[in-house]
Amino acid sequence: MSTEILMPALSPTMEEGKLSKWLVKEGDVVKSGTILAEIETDKATMEFEAVDEGKIGQILVAEGTEGVKVNSPIATLLADGEAAGAAPAKKAAKADAPKEAKGDAPKSESNAAPKFQVAADPGVPEGTEMVMTTVRDALRDAMAEEMRRDELVFLMGEEVAEYQGAYKISQGLLQEFGARRVIDTPITEHGFTGLAVGAAFDGLKPIVEFMTWNFAMQAMDQIINSAVKTRYMSGGQMSCPIVFRGPNGAAARVAAQHSQDFAPWYASVPGVIVIAPYSAADAKGLLKAAIRNPNPVCFLENEILYGKSFPVPKLEDYVLPIGKARICRPGSDVTIVSYSITVGQALEAAEKLAEQGIEAEVIDLRTLRPLDMDTVLESVRKTNRIVTFEQAWPVCSIGSEICSRVALEAFDDLDAPPTKVSGKDVPMPYAANLEKLALPTVDDLIEAVKAVCYKA
Amino acid sequence: MPEAAKSNSESLKKLYHDMLLIRRFEERAGQLYGMGLIGGFCHLYIGQEAVVVGLMGAAKQGDQQVTSYRDHGHMLAQGLDPKAVMAELTGRSTGLSRGKGGSMHMFSNEKKFYGGHGIVGAQVPIGTGLAFANQYRGSKAVSLTYFGDGAANQGQVYESFNMAELWKLPVIYVIENNHYAMGTSVKRSSAVSDFSKRGSSFGIPGINVDGMDVEAVQSAGAEAMEYCRSGKGPIILSMNTYRYRGHSMSDPAKYRSKEELTEYREKRDPIENFGKKLIERGMVNEQDLKQMDAEVKKVVVEAAEFATESPEPGVEELYTDIYA
Repeated sequence: MSTEILMPALSPTMEEGKLSKWLVKEGDVVKSGTILAEIETDKATMEFEAVDEGKIGQILVAEGTEGVKVNSPIATLLADGEAAGAAPAKKAAKADAPKEAKGDAPKSESNAAPKFQVAADPGVPEGTEMVMTTVRDALRDAMAEEMRRDELVFLMGEEVAEYQGAYKISQGLLQEFGARRVIDTPITEHGFTGLAVGAAFDGLKPIVEFMTWNFAMQAMDQIINSAVKTRYMSGGQMSCPIVFRGPNGAAARVAAQHSQDFAPWYASVPGVIVIAPYSAADAKGLLKAAIRNPNPVCFLENEILYGKSFPVPKLEDYVLPIGKARICRPGSDVTIVSYSITVGQALEAAEKLAEQGIEAEVIDLRTLRPLDMDTVLESVRKTNRIVTFEQAWPVCSIGSEICSRVALEAFDDLDAPPTKVSGKDVPMPYAANLEKLALPTVDDLIEAVKAVCYKA
Repeated sequence: MPEAAKSNSESLKKLYHDMLLIRRFEERAGQLYGMGLIGGFCHLYIGQEAVVVGLMGAAKQGDQQVTSYRDHGHMLAQGLDPKAVMAELTGRSTGLSRGKGGSMHMFSNEKKFYGGHGIVGAQVPIGTGLAFANQYRGSKAVSLTYFGDGAANQGQVYESFNMAELWKLPVIYVIENNHYAMGTSVKRSSAVSDFSKRGSSFGIPGINVDGMDVEAVQSAGAEAMEYCRSGKGPIILSMNTYRYRGHSMSDPAKYRSKEELTEYREKRDPIENFGKKLIERGMVNEQDLKQMDAEVKKVVVEAAEFATESPEPGVEELYTDIYA
């Protein structure tokens, strides 16, 4: 029984090509690997090899023919002892169109991905002692508690062990857990990030400290392409339980390469969880949750907040839900949405606005992916006004996303355009006066709130 | 035949069989690509079969493997089902990654195969991390981290070398030198072309191996594994090999001479030469090899049928496996 030799597709985009030259003639015996013809694709002239062995029966397309469609027969191949005239009975393999899979197409919502079910914050039992704790110590306590709880958790990064942390976040951890689990790395972000990702693929639970998130750009490929996408690319087989953490956003007077907010960058990527807490209690409860989470987490801290103290409940195991925003100040006139250090400024602005008769509701997003739009929308339906407030650049920011979602999903509830206040659209300058101008201020926010309340 | 000799003969026949399976599988994959049933990029392993088959012949259960996008051979040599691999190439629900990874992105927890990585060199720190996990757990497993002569010029490779030697991690860096990084020859891209020396500034030893000779690969692999398992740290195996096809399916490979390719195909083919050796040693005859070829062909044809007849993934798969 003879088989057809079909015109091959020799590039991802080829639909037809030129059969430039036959390198075999009718009656020639071929085996797998024998070059049959030269074919000109949309990109190049390629050699076309035989896969099956046999004898060339008929050549159906003469050399020099242009516009030969992919998958059309160009010759026949005879099995042992077969005559040239035999009609082709079967194609080399069935080129069936893939069968349509069953199931309805996903509904075209603006974001059709399944929603996360998020629990509320666990109640803090009445009478629980609240201990004033710095964000720095809260982060350290979270790591220490999780390392005590799970032998697979370890910390690696530059200066995390002997030096006790460049910003002293890992103070005391080397002493308690030893050099096996608290590991100083060479200055090699790309390398140690990839190494930690490999360890996580194998089931360990690394915490990778970046001295600052600015340096994580050296490791961006390993974070996005390796850690974040592998679960999907493996059809759910592989897991990468890893936490990347470190200070993010503007520090003070360190200029453009050391001051920027990466929150919108990471939050745009499906497959990663992004957390950016403000208070020490949230830092602790969310870092513990991040370490236990089976997904890759980018945990964005803030250097200026490290030394600030907040009340933290003295509980044995204080773990907060990922993906849940917190209303830190209820109000009825306008919704202010923020995250990380600017939450403090938002609360300050809200107090000043209250003095002028405007009651602002302040929402701390805490998690940026998945974004808790339910809490935001519910608030907007009550206040009918929204201002987002963040340090990130204004283009494609977290505020841009929230304003667009509010406009799409709560348009009829709005009494004013959704408004965003963000960092200026410039690299961070060094000079003190210019740096101040580049960052969003309490006054900027007050002005924007008054504008949406038509009280400017 | 005494038991030991018999088992040796069986294991040598298995090496031949596994190389042949890769060769026939890849030829079929090339054909399906030509028919438009495999899309995107497809990088064939034809010519390099002895490297992965020889090393798997030396590896123990529990050893991990990670490689680049030229990964079909690595999966077949590990005993992954050719049907599942081929069905992933055609993007079907029965594929190893349920059709969501494609040729370059396949994994198997069960077989300790960690991909299948599409970014040149990215698998090298990952493979080093697998070795880190072995050390952390106190296991005796070794990480086999494969990359090409092209990836050998990536910075992250040397970041990995440094940490691997610093921490004495059990990793074998297998540099598959097929002489061309896409279209750029080693001569045109590498200041030092002896890849066994690439670890010298970190104190990592290296061995040059004839990557077209499956027995030479196996014996070098055994030596390297012994070195790693005894706690001495990483080692480099520089495999001198050759890919017969272009870098990917759409590469006409005009950057090398016909004579060069012919030289390898006719004189140094790993399968042909090893088959002759087995016959010379009286372990098989022509007829045995023909029969093995027929059996392998059947497996591959069945894989191709399975891969073309399976359905595409359901539309609900679009949104699964993003988060745990």
